[in-house]
Amino acid sequence: MARKVDSSKKYSPKLGKKELDLLTCLSNALAVSGDEQEVREIVYEELKEFKDFMHTDAMGNVLVTREGTGPDRVRVMIAAHMDEVGMMLTKEDGDGLFEFVVIGGVDPRQLVGKPVIIGRKHIPGVIGAKAIHLTTKEEREQVLKVNSLRIDIGLGGSRLVEIGDRATFATNLAVLGPSLRGKALDDRLGVFNLIQLLKNAPDNIDLLAAFTVQEELGLRGARVAAYHFNPDIGIAMDSTPANDMPHFDGEVNSTHNTKLDGGPAIYLMDGATIGDRRLVKWLTETAEAEKIPWQYRQPGKGGTDAGAIHKTRAGVPSVSVSVPQRYLHSPAGMVRIDDELNTLKLMHAALSRLDRSTLNPQENK
Amino acid sequence: MAKKSNDLLNVLEMLVETPGPSGSEHLIRSKIEAEIRDHVDEIYTDALGNLIAKKGTKKDGGKRVMISSHTDEIGLMVTHVDDNGFARFITIGGVSPLTCIGGRVLFMNGTQGVIGMERLDKDEHPSLEKLFIDTGATSKTDSTIGVGDVCGFERPFVNMGKRLVAKSMDDRAAVAVAIEALKAVKKTVNEIYFVFSVQEEVGLRGAITAAYGVDPEVGIAVDVTRTGDTPKGVKMEVALGKGPAIKVRDSSFIADPRVVNWMVEEAKTQGLPYQLEVLEAGGTDGAAIQRTRAGVPAGCLSIPCRYIHSPSEMVDADDLQHCVSLLAGLLSKGIEI
Repeated sequence: MARKVDSSKKYSPKLGKKELDLLTCLSNALAVSGDEQEVREIVYEELKEFKDFMHTDAMGNVLVTREGTGPDRVRVMIAAHMDEVGMMLTKEDGDGLFEFVVIGGVDPRQLVGKPVIIGRKHIPGVIGAKAIHLTTKEEREQVLKVNSLRIDIGLGGSRLVEIGDRATFATNLAVLGPSLRGKALDDRLGVFNLIQLLKNAPDNIDLLAAFTVQEELGLRGARVAAYHFNPDIGIAMDSTPANDMPHFDGEVNSTHNTKLDGGPAIYLMDGATIGDRRLVKWLTETAEAEKIPWQYRQPGKGGTDAGAIHKTRAGVPSVSVSVPQRYLHSPAGMVRIDDELNTLKLMHAALSRLDRSTLNPQENK
Repeated sequence: MAKKSNDLLNVLEMLVETPGPSGSEHLIRSKIEAEIRDHVDEIYTDALGNLIAKKGTKKDGGKRVMISSHTDEIGLMVTHVDDNGFARFITIGGVSPLTCIGGRVLFMNGTQGVIGMERLDKDEHPSLEKLFIDTGATSKTDSTIGVGDVCGFERPFVNMGKRLVAKSMDDRAAVAVAIEALKAVKKTVNEIYFVFSVQEEVGLRGAITAAYGVDPEVGIAVDVTRTGDTPKGVKMEVALGKGPAIKVRDSSFIADPRVVNWMVEEAKTQGLPYQLEVLEAGGTDGAAIQRTRAGVPAGCLSIPCRYIHSPSEMVDADDLQHCVSLLAGLLSKGIEI
């Protein structure tokens, strides 16, 4: 914590046209777990300057090493997952109608009636259901099961897609005043932030950036990425639900998880990781010192890539930081631009202050 | 013999009265370290907080052995404090709402609290969402705890003569056994790594990384196991007072039969009582050791324990002593697996 920060090098992230274009590309891209190629290509395009220090591993993770210049640099792995939840075509019923399964945590109630895009060519389709004119009251009270739903890409569409193709919601990113509305902000915000961190990283650390695959299916990519990097510490940058609507009966909402406008959400414990207390302290102290708003993500369930990283080899102290988001894993999530930029700002400021003393001694609060 | 037994109980009392839920093992770790420092060749804490003590250097006929007993206990973490100072919480590890009600807790920062409950509807089963911790605060502002603060259950150690009762016998009874075995092993051809592991209750996490770091040739977890000797309890052969339980399997792994035989033979050689254990639900660090790197023969020495994961876990004093003798015997001689 002793490290002095050169204030002339202060980093003030912004969301200008260039950044917004990148974020739009990332959010609109189709990269359901197991087929992350589209996002991988964007990452490669954006990080050309690192081409000699970048490779794609056996599982498809994009791994980038940015070495610093200072003495005794801490090797920091930061993971952001490229994949999103979505669907996969499993069987054709004829006439452009396809059965499908969901990939990752998708609420079946969110599916009905949504426009979708399919495969690398973004073939448009729709998850249809019987029109309201023809349904009974009883039918409308039932949740339609995934196996009774079909993706319809129109007559003759059969030639345009293949069984195994991934599908996602056909949502385009939109700026709504101080907010962003889009799909797959979990975790394209993380991907965006990791790209920005690589381009602006402080020199006191070695930044080991992992753009991971298959997080939504069980942190699978991060496991092998962490084995490859064998880092000193691990950080997952992700997005977490904001369940911050007021209660109708005026009661206190004690299960908000996070709140929009509350700043970056720092994890104490989720279903996969107990955040390393020293790293939690490092982040909260940085936020306080830099006057960056922050919040704890309420301890609870769920998991991030940190769950895989911290159990790698002989152990890696790890923590997670997330951008709070309403309506996660749905066709359209909502985040505040300030929360997103403050997350990036916090990460940069924290990395600038990081040295070996952050991990020493084995102290706790 | 009498003095030795007192050592064991004194160490056990010190251990069970120290709070240390998963992820907050710093206090218990420092107490263990102080207790064993003078009896080992090397001692260090790894990246996740496992305390690892090395004793002996591998010689002909010896092996690199990992003994793992977990330092963490189940507990609670605060998720929200309301305007009146009442704290909501989630569990760390397997905590039942039934054993919470009316319970007392001790936070890592020294704050004490009691667990209260919302009014339940008739015949309603209490759920964790209905429970809260009352720390005696009158408002959010004078509360000495906040989101993320961690507590364990608070109960004093009770010596009932044959039986011993405390919170966190799981797994401090095993830590005490490992500590006393560590002291008892004087000369050995083995290179023994006593791992006092972290975060077992949330998924054997410490043992996973410790085993990778130690890279043992054989491993034994020391942990508690359930018993079938209480009125209308689970159907299970293990009983309190019938000696160390040698695990054959549980739901996390099948103990290596060679390790089981090794332990059985040692018990027979020493003339110790022992029982074979098949546990239908539950897991131990043995599972983590077994699947490390290219695989490790692993087993588990179990201490029979009643009322596991309640604030009043009960073990038998003779069982503990026999576990120490068995473990020390296993580690003192050359190992053929």
